[in-house]
Amino acid sequence: METVKALKKKHKNNSTIKISGAEAIIHCLLEEGVDLIYGYPGGAIMPVYDELYKFQDKLTHILARHEQGATHAAQGYARVSGKVGVAMATSGPGATNLVTGLADAQIDSTPIVCITGQVARHLLGSDAFQETDIVGISTPVTKWNYQITRASEIPKIMAKAFYIAKSGRPGPVLIDITKNAQFDELDFVYEKCTGVRSYKPYPKPDLKSIEAAAKLINDAKKPYIVWGQGIILGEAEAELKKLIEKAGIPAAWTIMGESAIPTDHPLNVGMVGMHGNYGPNVLTNECDVLVAIGMRFDDRVTGSLDTYAKQAKVVHFEIDPAEINKNVKAHVAVLGNAKQTLNLLLPMIKENDHATWKAEFDKKYQIEYDTVIKNDITPSKEGLTMGEVIEQINIASENKAVIVTDVGQHQMVACRYAKFKQSKSNITSGGLGTMGFALPAAIGAKMGAMDREVVAIIGDGGYQMTIQELGVIFQHNVPVKIVVLNNDHLGMVRQWQELFFESRYASTVMVNPDFVKIAEGYHIKSNRVSERAALKDAVEEMIASKDPYFLEVKVEKEDNVFPMIPSGASVSDIRLK
Amino acid sequence: MEKQWYTISVYSENNVGLLNRISGIFLKRHINIEGLNVSKSEIEGVSKFTIVVFTTEEWTRKIVGQIEKQVEVIKAYYHIDDETIYQESALFKIKSDLLFDERQIQNIIKESNSQIVTVARDFFVISKTGRRNEIDEMHDALEPYGIMQFVRSGRIAVSKAEMPITNLLQEFQNQ
Repeated sequence: METVKALKKKHKNNSTIKISGAEAIIHCLLEEGVDLIYGYPGGAIMPVYDELYKFQDKLTHILARHEQGATHAAQGYARVSGKVGVAMATSGPGATNLVTGLADAQIDSTPIVCITGQVARHLLGSDAFQETDIVGISTPVTKWNYQITRASEIPKIMAKAFYIAKSGRPGPVLIDITKNAQFDELDFVYEKCTGVRSYKPYPKPDLKSIEAAAKLINDAKKPYIVWGQGIILGEAEAELKKLIEKAGIPAAWTIMGESAIPTDHPLNVGMVGMHGNYGPNVLTNECDVLVAIGMRFDDRVTGSLDTYAKQAKVVHFEIDPAEINKNVKAHVAVLGNAKQTLNLLLPMIKENDHATWKAEFDKKYQIEYDTVIKNDITPSKEGLTMGEVIEQINIASENKAVIVTDVGQHQMVACRYAKFKQSKSNITSGGLGTMGFALPAAIGAKMGAMDREVVAIIGDGGYQMTIQELGVIFQHNVPVKIVVLNNDHLGMVRQWQELFFESRYASTVMVNPDFVKIAEGYHIKSNRVSERAALKDAVEEMIASKDPYFLEVKVEKEDNVFPMIPSGASVSDIRLK
Repeated sequence: MEKQWYTISVYSENNVGLLNRISGIFLKRHINIEGLNVSKSEIEGVSKFTIVVFTTEEWTRKIVGQIEKQVEVIKAYYHIDDETIYQESALFKIKSDLLFDERQIQNIIKESNSQIVTVARDFFVISKTGRRNEIDEMHDALEPYGIMQFVRSGRIAVSKAEMPITNLLQEFQNQ
């Protein structure tokens, strides 16, 4: 097996070589530093898979059990490693099965490149076997997509795909490649893409707006920072920490921003949003300057926009111009990459201490602790709570684990109670709320950081949506830890039914299979816990395992997640019970 | 906020599939595209979309933000009608008998500065270029006599203010 570079040396002209489009795809991936891809073969992508067979020592392919699993694995890999995740599928149903992952990656700004096979150029539009217009279908859920119909287009388009996926506000890119383009030959020369005329991924920071932001922050009596994933994507964790410490500003996070700053940092006041912490939500409506950094004022964060932070001057640090004034009007907008803009801001910030204001958060925390947290973490009732399971995982993993969550009650509980020391440790489906995300995303997360403990926390509903990916764990011996918090319900929907639909539990009661037997069927070591006395040892055994491990915890069937901002209500109206 | 007519101008790369991306942005916001024209622009290799919508300024601004976010879009602007010089074209197909039997039709053609494009045995075709309301007025005037077919083009527009778009785009690229 020879690389393109090696082949180039042998080539008489020392410039280009003729290779097939399929081989060119592999070389493009290698040139971009890709060594791991997820996918599922099929007729229209077989030439590329045939080439993969030859390049097995350089490019590992993980056979997902469903294309959706491949995309979520690519997402988990990207989110933990900071690199671009890659997924591949055949045409038609293979391609359409990628759509959920693409949509998830789009709304959560995750850099992935998906490659799909397509019927030959002469068959396009003829309703040929396994033909779908995947470019049309995926347009609303991709940052960019393109159909390659000629082999000669491959190097340039692939380079552009990776550049677009990872630059600026990252996102998913789909490249559809017709079968003839995979078979045809081309002169292969690869140049990495460094710019696209029409695309400016990094807005130039405007010093005047940064000065205006600094003035508002310096003059504020009750400043408050809410940060989002923009901090993690922009690698601005250190700058954010310096800012809050220098100015003494209490700071809260959206679930996508979680773990950017250690949980136990004294100025980290917790989570905003529908099931966020009491203080960070209520005090949003009492601060005088709200500094939003790398977050997009999602409706789950703001509740009713009519009553959101109306008293505050809003300063919005954001890389995407379309997010400015989209939901919340900014008094000062600072465009740019968070690392760059915060570095420009920091010298303008005066040292300060807002101890009295911070004490307001502490008081609210105490109220929340007495009413909610104590009962979640150290319950006196008989049934196991999700909160105490998370707390045991914190203890056993010494707050060092990557926590991957699915969607539902367990997700909110995990985001509330998981503790982190390191950035890029909280992997969840924030924007799309994709049930079925966690199991494949955990596989990807583990492969993106093999030296880290990866614990997937999943509800019984979401687990069954992509349960087939246990096959990947078995086949590749991926040592992820899987915790299913089983309440025999679609818990979050059931909670809403209880609170807002007079407890009419329409189709939310789950009659579940024997999860332990299923895991054992995949030769994964398993355990089940239904009593408090056994929880600690079971979690410790799971964390200590060097192999994949499945733990089912039977938790309270009808527990609710509080605090809660009812849909469309004000952040001030957060309910503690 | 009050709804009014807005003309959105989008300067973009000339790539397949971009129309799908742009129209999808209007679809997501449930805003109807009232007029659409795509042509080459004054800059070589750059296409110009002229899109007409009837909505509020806030929605228009947000839509333009989303359009500008598309990788292949170079720059997008929006203007109200008073800020642009614009034209639309329309064709009216009328039964030939009426041209001779209804003298008023000839007056309508004269007064509206429209042109007869073709006359056949069974029908004749009138072409009218002008502002949207002028075309609407002509349509209203002809309708009682019977219009066999009617079609109106998308809008073409230039801004009243000097808008050295080539320089603006150059500046944008140098940012």
